[in-house]
Amino acid sequence: MTTMTRPLTVPADWRDFLALTKPGVMRLVVFTGLCGLLAAPVAVDPVLGFTAILCIALAAGAAGALNQWYESDLDAKMKRTRGRPLPAGRMDRQSALHFGVGLGTFAVILMGLAINLLAAAILAASILFYVVIYTVWLKRRTPQNIVIGGAAGAFPPVIGWAAATDHVTALPLLMFALIFLWTPPHFWALAMFVKSDYANAGVPMLPVVAGERVTRAQIGLYTIPMVAVAVAPWPLGLTHAIYGIVAVAASAFFGLLAFRVASRRTQTNDRMRPEKQLFAYSIAYLFVIFGALVVDRFVA
Amino acid sequence: MPGPAPFEWEKHTAEENELIRRRQRSRARITALLLGALVILFFFISIEKIRSGTP
Repeated sequence: MTTMTRPLTVPADWRDFLALTKPGVMRLVVFTGLCGLLAAPVAVDPVLGFTAILCIALAAGAAGALNQWYESDLDAKMKRTRGRPLPAGRMDRQSALHFGVGLGTFAVILMGLAINLLAAAILAASILFYVVIYTVWLKRRTPQNIVIGGAAGAFPPVIGWAAATDHVTALPLLMFALIFLWTPPHFWALAMFVKSDYANAGVPMLPVVAGERVTRAQIGLYTIPMVAVAVAPWPLGLTHAIYGIVAVAASAFFGLLAFRVASRRTQTNDRMRPEKQLFAYSIAYLFVIFGALVVDRFVA
Repeated sequence: MPGPAPFEWEKHTAEENELIRRRQRSRARITALLLGALVILFFFISIEKIRSGTP
């Protein structure tokens, strides 16, 4: 009798499903979504507010899972990502696909039924944008991948605001623009010190394709409008002085770190400390700016 | 001409079987917890919708 040899089919652990949702990325998404919800000029019922944030978190998890499903071949080539459930062989691709589609569909339906259709529509658009426009279309084709793809990460505060008010005004659009313009300096700072990883995987990140000099210049160039957008709500009268002062101080420091990265050249055996500092600070920067927006709304 | 080989279920060792059972149990527990949490959430959403008179 012939014995069929097949790979061991052990069901994936629940922790692997959790890892598929990229919990680290989700933290920032949930925080900016929550700030969008809290900064809105209406009182939000706690249960509905919690549900809206849950939907944003689930949608972010779904987008992360579908991204890992599509990119498992790329992830296997990169040191930073080869320990993820799919490239490490702890989960089969079909499970990841089903999990991502199921989670995303559930999040959009729940948002539509419990909150409002506008928030559900933007939520669906954000998942599709991240998966189709960024992951499938742009990432492997152009060094502008994270510039346009950055819009996907910029949706959460708009969704939070739309969930609270059922419409979108200038302030959430400025929040969208802020994250959109923040993404290139943030990701290119990271790409500077994991350049070889991206090059090995064949991902056309800007430092790989255009070189470090161009990338440094682009980091500096994108920081200028980003700082302007971050500060803009104050002079436009959309926020008070609390937000304005924090935004000016935090953005000035961001500008300083970005200028340091933009104006230097890579040395032999360079440990890329300014780039690592810019990357680390850029994450804290978003938390500070969005936190200030909420404090300003409740205190001022 | 010989026909296709008869299908044979994958053979697992006792340790592998134990691992599979353990994974199934933990996933079932997590699923039950999540479903329970969703029931509670849907209850409170319904109460809020009724209270505020929104559809």
